[in-house]
Amino acid sequence: MIRALHRWPGLLAAALLIVLTLSGAALSVFPAAERLTAPQAETGLSVATLATRIQTAYPGVEQIRRSPSGQITAYWFVDGTPGAAVIDPATGQGVGSADPNQVERWLTNLHRSLFLGDGGRIAMALGAAAMLILSVSGSVLVARRAGGWRRWFAPLRSPLSGRLHVEIARVAVLGLALSSMTALWMSASTFDLLPITSSAPVFPTEVSGEIGVSIASIDLLGQTLVAELRELNFPYPGDATDVFTLKTDQGTGYLDQGTGAALGWTDLTGWELVLETIYMLHTGQGAALLGLVLGLMALGVPVLGVTGVLVWLAGRRSRPRIPENQQAAKAETILLVGSEGGSTWGFAATLHQALSAAGQTVHVGPMSGFDPARHAKAQRFVILAATYGDGDAPETAKGFLDRLKALGTVPAAPLAVLGFGDRSYPDYCGYAQRVAEMADTQGWNMLLPFDTIDRQSPQDFARWGRLLGQALGIDLELAHQPIVPATEMLTLVSRRDYGAEMQAPTAILRFALPHLTFWQKLTGQGFARFEAGDLLGIVPEGSAIPRLYSLASDRRDGFVEIVVKRQPSGLCSAQLTQLAPGDTAKGYIRRNPGFKPGKGRAPLILIGAGTGIGPLAGFIRSNKGHRPIHLFFGMRHPQNDFLYGQDLSDWQTEGRLTRLDTAVSRAANPSYVQDTLRDEGVEVARLIKGGARIMVCGGRGMAAGVTDALADILKPLGLTPQALRAEGRYVEDVY
Amino acid sequence: MKSLLATLALTTALTLPGLAMARPVTLTTTMNNYGGDGAYLALYVTDAAGAYAGSLWMAGGKSKYYEHLSDWYRATAGDTAQINGITGASVGAGRTLEITLDLADTLFDAGYTLHIDAAVEDMRDSPNEVTVPLTTDGAGTPVTGRRYVADFTYDM
Repeated sequence: MIRALHRWPGLLAAALLIVLTLSGAALSVFPAAERLTAPQAETGLSVATLATRIQTAYPGVEQIRRSPSGQITAYWFVDGTPGAAVIDPATGQGVGSADPNQVERWLTNLHRSLFLGDGGRIAMALGAAAMLILSVSGSVLVARRAGGWRRWFAPLRSPLSGRLHVEIARVAVLGLALSSMTALWMSASTFDLLPITSSAPVFPTEVSGEIGVSIASIDLLGQTLVAELRELNFPYPGDATDVFTLKTDQGTGYLDQGTGAALGWTDLTGWELVLETIYMLHTGQGAALLGLVLGLMALGVPVLGVTGVLVWLAGRRSRPRIPENQQAAKAETILLVGSEGGSTWGFAATLHQALSAAGQTVHVGPMSGFDPARHAKAQRFVILAATYGDGDAPETAKGFLDRLKALGTVPAAPLAVLGFGDRSYPDYCGYAQRVAEMADTQGWNMLLPFDTIDRQSPQDFARWGRLLGQALGIDLELAHQPIVPATEMLTLVSRRDYGAEMQAPTAILRFALPHLTFWQKLTGQGFARFEAGDLLGIVPEGSAIPRLYSLASDRRDGFVEIVVKRQPSGLCSAQLTQLAPGDTAKGYIRRNPGFKPGKGRAPLILIGAGTGIGPLAGFIRSNKGHRPIHLFFGMRHPQNDFLYGQDLSDWQTEGRLTRLDTAVSRAANPSYVQDTLRDEGVEVARLIKGGARIMVCGGRGMAAGVTDALADILKPLGLTPQALRAEGRYVEDVY
Repeated sequence: MKSLLATLALTTALTLPGLAMARPVTLTTTMNNYGGDGAYLALYVTDAAGAYAGSLWMAGGKSKYYEHLSDWYRATAGDTAQINGITGASVGAGRTLEITLDLADTLFDAGYTLHIDAAVEDMRDSPNEVTVPLTTDGAGTPVTGRRYVADFTYDM
């Protein structure tokens, strides 16, 4: 619902909002320019003194105005000819033209009415309303995605257009909301939708009948400071019934032109004060700096519009069409999809195709459409669910949990729940987990135990598919092909082998940097930009499914390095570990922004075991600034698989690595990296207190052991691994 | 031709004895190129004593700007009932406003004066932009405004 409230106003109003905000941003410059160029009155200058100076210079003066910027303009009439000038208050002399700026006038008319009169004003008011709706709905979406309002500025890990969209929006939204609200108020005022209570006092019926009082002798003008002045109107020459009219920031009054006596005064009404404040907040007139800030924020809108459309298009593209989708009432297998960005639909499509090929009748639909009564023929249900933000329901699963909870009897057909998520986020697959738990509580039979897919891994999915096939008594091979980016040929330059003695051959493979096209260099695509911790996708011969390896090198190192351990019956790892220098493999770069040491001087605690050392070694190699790094590394035996052993010792000498602690699992006293971590608990706690960031890379079992050990170490500090994770100070890359 | 007799008769002091005798009068106001947005114009009549007698036309639809037509505003206290049904668009620089009204014969040669107040956004207000006595002899003679009006003519 909120997403729809964000998407449709955004798409419909994008072009209008771009015009609105670009013109608004341009207009925001004028008050600041006027503020800088306008000659300012000296402090304490009274209106009486100013008016006397101007009257001396221009005896026919009829009106003196002060704009919110402090600029003073005088209008006079001499010999039947009108004149006007910007006045230097120190002399009363004109110093500049009082004609309105034609560029500003043009922009103002574009900004408020598109040169289309009242129709244009209404269109622009609707634009402002759309912007307000977008600001509010967008804020809710950002908060939901980050996992709460307090995590408003939490780091983001989405593709560039989505990230840019949110990065800009969460800074600009305050200004955009303010500008759109003030715009709506001003529109309402223009169209007389607000009560108007004028504060002008009743024009005096009785005056002294005399003329020619000296301005300098009028008490009220002597007491009124120029800083408070809005306008001073002089009486018509020769009309004894006319008066001086004084407007200040407090109200309006009349003064007798013969005696200088005050003839009436009215304060500004509350409505007028509100409108004036709103006018100032919108235009920046009288608040030039705020105006500039708002203008700058408005400049974000064109980028937001473009990236927003890109995000929408990407979401549409990634949601595949499901050919031959069976009707809900006729299908035996019901696939329910809870997807946010659309990638989970791709998995559902793969599953649909494989099950259909195995002769099943399959229906795919959103989880939000779940209704057991619609699935009369259902033999089994499969839920594929992503998670949104901090364990919330993704877009197409809204309301599912409530509906499940309200269900009197759950379907007799058994259920399998598969969660999709990213382990580097808190509450991994939290929503799918809750769905599985609720189904269990409701007594729904399980076809398969709850399972998860990390970062859209096709391997995880294929493994789960085999389990599903077993449960169904069919041979199910799920070859999910996420859209594989264009690959490059990588040529092996060198390899270093380890672990052969332990039947665990492991190799550090170094590939040459592939040739880059000019366009790639220009846009930073592909191999033109990567860092340690990013992923190298390798597409093995004879398979369409890429495998991902953590990169142990940086673009600036001039080579592409990964650590590969040969898996029993692993297709890709077998091919890679058999490569000889000069051989090639097909690969591409996938960014992994969630697993980066980040900038700054805060100490790093790197924890890895086995091939998990890869990206960690890359971080240390790049640590030319000598940031404190403490590495915990677990191996089997120092003689056999001490990956990067010599490099680590060199890096320590060079100051890139502060300290190294190793754990050896095949020794007289076997120990694992989590044991070493506990041994060094005091030091680890000290580092964390000092703001250290923890990065873990390796197998799942090791990562779980590390989390437990950290929980014990952190307890005395009143911290938990979850809390650090939420702050982004505890990140994992596990497999 | 816009017939405003009824309106004027109902709302203003122009309901004078002998109003049955009326004639169509064309008021032509041509603006000069003052270099600003559309001007608001208030056309109204005062009697021989200088008292407000009634409004003839208001060019400009947003009542929140009427206070800038300060003489008219002072005379009417901004009462929009005075211009009910006789309001039109503001008049752009260099443009001409032409309106034809049925005006009572008694308004002519009886000391009545026609006034135009003008105001332009971000420019000076110009009350008393045009002041012209209503006389049968003066009909067809252009009068120059003070700031924004190039010339004003009433024709019978």
